[in-house]
Amino acid sequence: MEEIVNLFHGFSVVLQPFNLLVMLVGIMLGVIIGVLPGLGGANGVAILLPLTFSMSPTSAIIMLSCIYWGALFGGAITSVLFNIPGEPWSVATTFDGHPMAQQGRAGEALTAAFTSSFVGALFAVIMITLVAPLVAKFALQFGPAEKFGVYFLAFCSFVGMSKEPPFKTVAAMMIGFALAAVGLDSVTGQLRLTFGQTELLNGFDFLIAVIGLFGIGEILLTIEEGLSFKGGAAGINPAVVFKTWAELPRYWMTSLRSCVIGCWMGISPAGATPASFMSYGIAKRVSKNGDRFGRGEIEGVVAPETAAHAAGTAALLPMLSLGVPGSPTAAVLLGGLLIWGLQPGPLLFVEQKEFVWGLIASMYLGNVVGLLVVLTCVPLFAAILRIPFAIIAPIILMFCAIGAYTVHNSTFDVVMMLVFGVVGYVLKKCNYPLAPLVLAIVLGDKAEEAFRQSLLSSQGSLGIFVSNGLVSSIMALGLIALFWPLIQNAFTRRRTWPAV
Amino acid sequence: MSENFEGARGAGPAQRSVEMAVALLIAAFALVVIAGSIQAGIGWGAEGPKAGFFPFYVGLMILASSIINFGAVMSDRRNDQLFAEWGQLGKVMSMLVPTAIYVALVPWIGIYIASALLIAVFMRWLGQYGWGMIGAVAVGVPVVTFVIFEKWFLVSLPKGPIEELLGF
Repeated sequence: MEEIVNLFHGFSVVLQPFNLLVMLVGIMLGVIIGVLPGLGGANGVAILLPLTFSMSPTSAIIMLSCIYWGALFGGAITSVLFNIPGEPWSVATTFDGHPMAQQGRAGEALTAAFTSSFVGALFAVIMITLVAPLVAKFALQFGPAEKFGVYFLAFCSFVGMSKEPPFKTVAAMMIGFALAAVGLDSVTGQLRLTFGQTELLNGFDFLIAVIGLFGIGEILLTIEEGLSFKGGAAGINPAVVFKTWAELPRYWMTSLRSCVIGCWMGISPAGATPASFMSYGIAKRVSKNGDRFGRGEIEGVVAPETAAHAAGTAALLPMLSLGVPGSPTAAVLLGGLLIWGLQPGPLLFVEQKEFVWGLIASMYLGNVVGLLVVLTCVPLFAAILRIPFAIIAPIILMFCAIGAYTVHNSTFDVVMMLVFGVVGYVLKKCNYPLAPLVLAIVLGDKAEEAFRQSLLSSQGSLGIFVSNGLVSSIMALGLIALFWPLIQNAFTRRRTWPAV
Repeated sequence: MSENFEGARGAGPAQRSVEMAVALLIAAFALVVIAGSIQAGIGWGAEGPKAGFFPFYVGLMILASSIINFGAVMSDRRNDQLFAEWGQLGKVMSMLVPTAIYVALVPWIGIYIASALLIAVFMRWLGQYGWGMIGAVAVGVPVVTFVIFEKWFLVSLPKGPIEELLGF
């Protein structure tokens, strides 16, 4: 088993003192980011990305991915204690987590949430360890047409699986592609869509877009809703932890099902948020305590948390093996790879073994460390949330501005960040999804390059995308994903037909 | 700080009108993209598809989907939801306007002084804190940020005349 040897080598990289320190710092920062409104996984990682420029790529990715794990853990704290989801994927956790806290069972709810998060992540990491190298090996034979097929599949699944109206998803996504196209054309070296503005020469950086859309936009939404932090006390002691742990194995079936849902939704770019809702919904329907869901049922915490964390982790599989991120945060990590001089995609597994396996090993260790940190430091993190919004909001704004500035040392980017913030606020209020917009900015150039290279080799004929079995099946999968809601409708209608 | 919006629902812009406006703005954006692409050339050149080829079709797809979105909002007459109440929008503006001024000030007076002002304004306006507390936070946070970024991580941030006077 070559993978096992590689994994152990990865552990030896992660266990270096500096990398362990970086991991701990990353987890702490991540939980804080997850707890604070307006800062989330994607823009938190984007803001802190510049701090890693001077690190080795391996230490940098360990720090950033640990921020991501921390943010996934942190979202649960605010959901349970304050009924305010720190992250969209922890909305479903509030349904049963907060009632539990109101009944004085906050410790139990938090322990269940953290432990389920851990189980979900572990399941996804094991899957990544086993599957990612195979996918990467397979993807090594991909030509430009197949590469474009993979992008096509990823974006089609966005449209097909999104809760938002499909044409809003298409509009948001295509805006992303258009923004990505601004500036120097990487194939011909020609300028386009700049309309003579020198600031636009380098196009729109997706990091700026992420900080604006998710950071500033989110703060504007928060203040509009008028936040009040009135929360239960956060008491976790070892007795409660062990008592809850003794109870959790009873829900192994819910847990396993949520892991599978999470992994599936994470790999296809549906993401952690729908995964948590779907898992909660199915658990409610299947469980024999289903009618008590929403009034403080521990199973109602286990299901969404497991799925959200499994999905968040699984989103890294396509990013690592194909160079197609499964979530906005994974997209930011992918942007990090480019900045550190690494080429994302299947070749990573061949050329950057230390980096890839260091990252995978850090996922195992990072989640163990994360679990210990959140279990022991809950009161500390809850205290951060009690800092009044009038103080924390300008500080968050300042960090967003710093993050936007440091990407290219340009104050124009800070202005763009604010513009993206307002756009993000309005689009979000009008039910346009932001994740496909960001992903399209990240992948726009690569998708276009693959598309043009394919067309070039076929002399302009679109037939290249059905020219062999591999590319046609990827494209067909894409079309199925695109029209999935229609297909599903047709099936259910046919099934209910005889009854009518 | 927290306000409850209980009782009668306030007035505000309708969700429908805002959505229609957004769809129109997106359509306008699409036209800009299409125009820019045609400028760059959408045909077939020596190196294959020209620079405007891909964005041209992207622009067409934005235009088509925004027309469909516009139509969908138009036909949905039952939607009488509010986009937000005026009071809520006022809160958003109370946040947005100082932030816009902040962003405009950064190139002139540097990010540290501007941040100190931003924090002070927010704490006074939204939090009604005393000047002692405001002074401590508004000076303390930028100073700590300065040490972390400029000294530890050696990341240089925009500075203005006051930092120059202090010799940085």
